[in-house]
Amino acid sequence: MNKRGDHMTGLITMDDLTNEAILEILDDAERLLPVARGDTYLPLLQGKILGNLFFEPSTRTRMSFETAMKRLGGDVVNLGDVKTSSVVKGETLYDTIQMVDGYTDIIAMRHPRQGAAQYAQDSARVPVLNGGDGAGHHPTQTMLDLFTIRQAHGALEGLKVVLAGDLRYGRTVHSLSHALTRFGCELVLASPSLLRMPREIVDDLTAHGATVTETEDLLGSINEADVVYMTRIQKERFADEDEYTKVAGAYKLHANNLEGAKASMIIMHPLPRVDEIHPSVDGTRHARYFEQAFNGVVARMALLCRLLGVSVPADVPQGGEA
Amino acid sequence: MSQEHNMRRVTAIRNGTVIDHIPSGQGMKVLEMLGVQSSTTVPVSMVMNVPSKKMGTKDIIKVEDRELNQDELNRLALVAPEAHVAIIRAYSVAEKLTINLGDEVVNVARCTFSNCITTNPREPLPHRLKVRGTEPLDLRCHYCGRPQDLDDLVHNLL
Repeated sequence: MNKRGDHMTGLITMDDLTNEAILEILDDAERLLPVARGDTYLPLLQGKILGNLFFEPSTRTRMSFETAMKRLGGDVVNLGDVKTSSVVKGETLYDTIQMVDGYTDIIAMRHPRQGAAQYAQDSARVPVLNGGDGAGHHPTQTMLDLFTIRQAHGALEGLKVVLAGDLRYGRTVHSLSHALTRFGCELVLASPSLLRMPREIVDDLTAHGATVTETEDLLGSINEADVVYMTRIQKERFADEDEYTKVAGAYKLHANNLEGAKASMIIMHPLPRVDEIHPSVDGTRHARYFEQAFNGVVARMALLCRLLGVSVPADVPQGGEA
Repeated sequence: MSQEHNMRRVTAIRNGTVIDHIPSGQGMKVLEMLGVQSSTTVPVSMVMNVPSKKMGTKDIIKVEDRELNQDELNRLALVAPEAHVAIIRAYSVAEKLTINLGDEVVNVARCTFSNCITTNPREPLPHRLKVRGTEPLDLRCHYCGRPQDLDDLVHNLL
């Protein structure tokens, strides 16, 4: 229980949500689209304060949390630059959370250490939303990814999804793979051998009956796919720059590679991209990554409401004052 | 070879602890976990790779004039979850202790993953390892979720 007695204590991994809860949140997000676009003003979270604690760089996640809160009439306080906060003075995460817990109603956090979000949740009375913990989980990204996939295909069940690129360090694909297989999706994991999905994750997926294929051949996997989810090779995850150079650029997608793809196939990317998706793909019917980035606002709006125990009305006005 | 014969490989002890059913090869680790070193002054006996009906082969340790407490028993569970522990007083078994890992091992060892939040020694929350399975032993950090390398975990005891 958090300090307001709400049932849901936080979102640390996708295991915190049942399939039913995921679909309800996606439905809430769908109804909040006009609010996210700014067509409707709906101050459901007026008087509530979000604490944005980003201990490592973020553009989309941090900004979309802030936008989501403000679109719903709430307010945001930011940790700001870690270099100018108490963290450089050696403050523990526990102490930082104790302080922010007193200032806010809900916390969104990103941290370079794996397990930091769970640690924060165990230290706090307010709900914590995990915005990425090291190479661990990124469940709010997963919710916007699921929203984008359902928007394109009408449902999540039974799709064939290719996850490509850095599957070893990419926390977005760790969370997403679990969620997709829970909806019966078939997974193709396409990566250089150095960046394969961690063994324990693949074992967990297959132990739960998922169909998972591992390959190094991205281009050979495209024509059968309903979704191709590209990821960036994250330079900051490599201790050795030579190792990074060896694999960077191994997975590049060009419009020419999509000629045999299904018409309905969509290409996603959590962004930022480097050169794994060529700009020639942007104008094709398959590109969805910018819509996906926008969906971060609507998905996080729905999550904020859920965790703060605020119901999204069944009939959100499509424009004008609510 | 009988159980009785195995136990006679080393002399009976008057007072102390007998740890039986240690998986073969883990005896040395158990000694390490219990803090038994070259400077230890009490008599310690160990037999390795003796036949066992249940396990094929096993190791046995006898530590004289020392009784394991529950805390030490919990540590032992990390390398020998099926071990049988008997407290000996006046040459007789006075107590049989059972290892029961439960769902979680709390404040016994620190997560072995180098980037886990718990690697900061100043963070005050308890170290929590969830027990996912016992045969083989499968432990995951409550915080980072990483499976624990049992060889490394011995060095991370608190």
